[in-house]
Amino acid sequence: MTAALRDALLAGFVAAAMALPILGFRLVDSANGLSLAGRFDLVAWSAAIVFCGRLAVKLVLPALPRLPAPPAAFGNLRQIAGWGMAGFALVLPFLPFADRNLVDKATLVLIYVMLGWGLNIVVGLAGLLDLGFVAFYAVGAYSYALLSQTFGLSFWVCLPLAGVFAAGFGILLGFPVLRLRGDYIAIVTMGLGEIIRVILQNWQDVTGGPNGISGIERPSLFGLSFKAVPPEGQRSFAEVVGLDFSADHRVIFLYFLILVLALATNLFTLRIRRLPVGRAWEALREDEIACRSLGINPTTVKLSAFALGAMFAGFAGSFFATRQGFISPESFTFHESAVILAIVVLGGMGSQIGIVLAALLLVGLPEWFRELQQFRMLAFGGAMVLIMLWKPSGLLSHREPTIRLGETR
Amino acid sequence: MEYFLQQLINGLTLGAIYGLIALGYTMVYSILGMINFAHGTIYMMGAFISLIAYLAATTIGGASVVVALFVALFATMGFTGLWGWTMERVAYRPLRAAPRLAPLISAIGVSIILQNFVAQAQGARVKPLPPVIRGGFSLMEGDGFAISLSWMQIIVVLTTLALMAGFTWMITSTSLGRAQRACEQDMKMAALLGIDVDRVISTTFVIGASLAGVAGLMVTLYYGVIDFYIGFLAGIKAFTAAVLGGIGSLPGAMLGGLLIGLIEALWSAYFSIEYKDVATFGILVMVLVFRPTGLLGRPDVEKI
Repeated sequence: MTAALRDALLAGFVAAAMALPILGFRLVDSANGLSLAGRFDLVAWSAAIVFCGRLAVKLVLPALPRLPAPPAAFGNLRQIAGWGMAGFALVLPFLPFADRNLVDKATLVLIYVMLGWGLNIVVGLAGLLDLGFVAFYAVGAYSYALLSQTFGLSFWVCLPLAGVFAAGFGILLGFPVLRLRGDYIAIVTMGLGEIIRVILQNWQDVTGGPNGISGIERPSLFGLSFKAVPPEGQRSFAEVVGLDFSADHRVIFLYFLILVLALATNLFTLRIRRLPVGRAWEALREDEIACRSLGINPTTVKLSAFALGAMFAGFAGSFFATRQGFISPESFTFHESAVILAIVVLGGMGSQIGIVLAALLLVGLPEWFRELQQFRMLAFGGAMVLIMLWKPSGLLSHREPTIRLGETR
Repeated sequence: MEYFLQQLINGLTLGAIYGLIALGYTMVYSILGMINFAHGTIYMMGAFISLIAYLAATTIGGASVVVALFVALFATMGFTGLWGWTMERVAYRPLRAAPRLAPLISAIGVSIILQNFVAQAQGARVKPLPPVIRGGFSLMEGDGFAISLSWMQIIVVLTTLALMAGFTWMITSTSLGRAQRACEQDMKMAALLGIDVDRVISTTFVIGASLAGVAGLMVTLYYGVIDFYIGFLAGIKAFTAAVLGGIGSLPGAMLGGLLIGLIEALWSAYFSIEYKDVATFGILVMVLVFRPTGLLGRPDVEKI
């Protein structure tokens, strides 16, 4: 008890000292330059909060019962949960409480789920730590926007093209990276991501620079438009189905579009894990030297992972462009890469359902608290640190073996 | 020629600042093998703390400029060191045995927290400080073009040299430095021989953060404008410097910092200022592809 008290007192003291310069004084713009205003009550508050928190951690945490181990049928349960989630996602727009706002937010979460699943191929399966994933997302978005504005191509033509372009960039950027190991890959990919963003920002003639591209064409469903007044030669969706026109139709359509894209990514990942190339990725992640001696060519295997991950980011990017109708380099900062990587790692690398959970937690929850805008990012960073401290290998770290030898019980 | 010399001076000053930040990266990396992603953020906090300490000393304490500068220097080193210590204690130490990615994610989280904490506590607007140390002298007068060397630039370079010298002395001839080098070679063996590894790592973080804090002070005085976002780019560039010099090598970090500063200044002067970051990152990629160990680094021997 006394030890805990002393420890908490020390923590409170350290917190007060840390808060003193940054929180205790505020820089105020005044007539003759900057001046200072004291706010020492905040210092006292932070010290008190840290003291109480530390005391609680020291006294309460050891007293808590340990969580029971997950039941043996957990793998099965996970499969059921996966189907349940997919089913729920399918009916979500038609539930009574689902308004336009909710569907819109669900669409945003699904974009991140899809990006997470795409990055999972690179990070989770192939074990290449990619901190510049947003570059491929940007390539997808810009290739759709530019193709549609320059050549008047429709979304459905551009979608595969965006994927191909992004994959091409993946191979291009993958080449210098492949010779490196571990953390170096992270830094180089981060640098490459920044290079792409800086180019987008400064290549005014093509990308519009910081102003971005606006008025991007919205997608149609088999030639049926979602506009109130369909363009020449097209019929509107509402007219054909026999509904009154509503702007909600497009929101729901976009939701289903990203749902289908995301589920396709998921299916692809699940299937490719059983193919030789998928097995090679996971083998390479575990031990590169062993792989080489077994005759696997690390370069092609890694490049394929890079290209495929980039392709899905490209799809997601062109969806993002068509949903927003406007893109600018602002949307493709390093922060986005960090969010996507955090989703993959927090979810538990390689776990598809974990990524959904992490995306809900990191993207969905903050969207909910938009009113608390200024504390949103603080909570976001806090969540990243706390989840890592609590579960260092991710929320659902259990990894399904790629192959089982012999009978399993 | 004059223009070139002027850019050389500017670049060296900038490079000295990058070098100071790079030292922190390279020290942590050589012991823990982890990229301390929040290091650039600590540098940003150093800039804010030094600005606040300087203003507090002059306006509240009524100190003269010289005294206020020393107050700012020691306050910045102390407080950023404390932040570095806490950061390691709270966010990294529990993850030492965790999978490789966990500390990296935790570090990204810490840097997001600190950035937004400063943005909330001090406002997101740019903070200007009128030049504290003015003047300098011109080295040579060309035809209508003078090469000037300001006092501030001299102070930046001299402080960096002094810190670098002290630092080298600490690493090579104190018991702490010996313990650090031991931990760098083999942490488990060092622990078996009675070195308190936790304490060595804590000290490393404190020293690295203090150096980054000094870099923050320099930037506040040299450029006079800071905001809560300066840590990100400076952090990446300093990391580039550390890699360029050979990560794990202390003179390498300094050399890399100087080179990055020079490249940035010369590129901005002769090519395009918009693409100066592309030049830096391009160099990072090139170095890693063609010489992954950096200029002064030793190659990693892989044992099976």
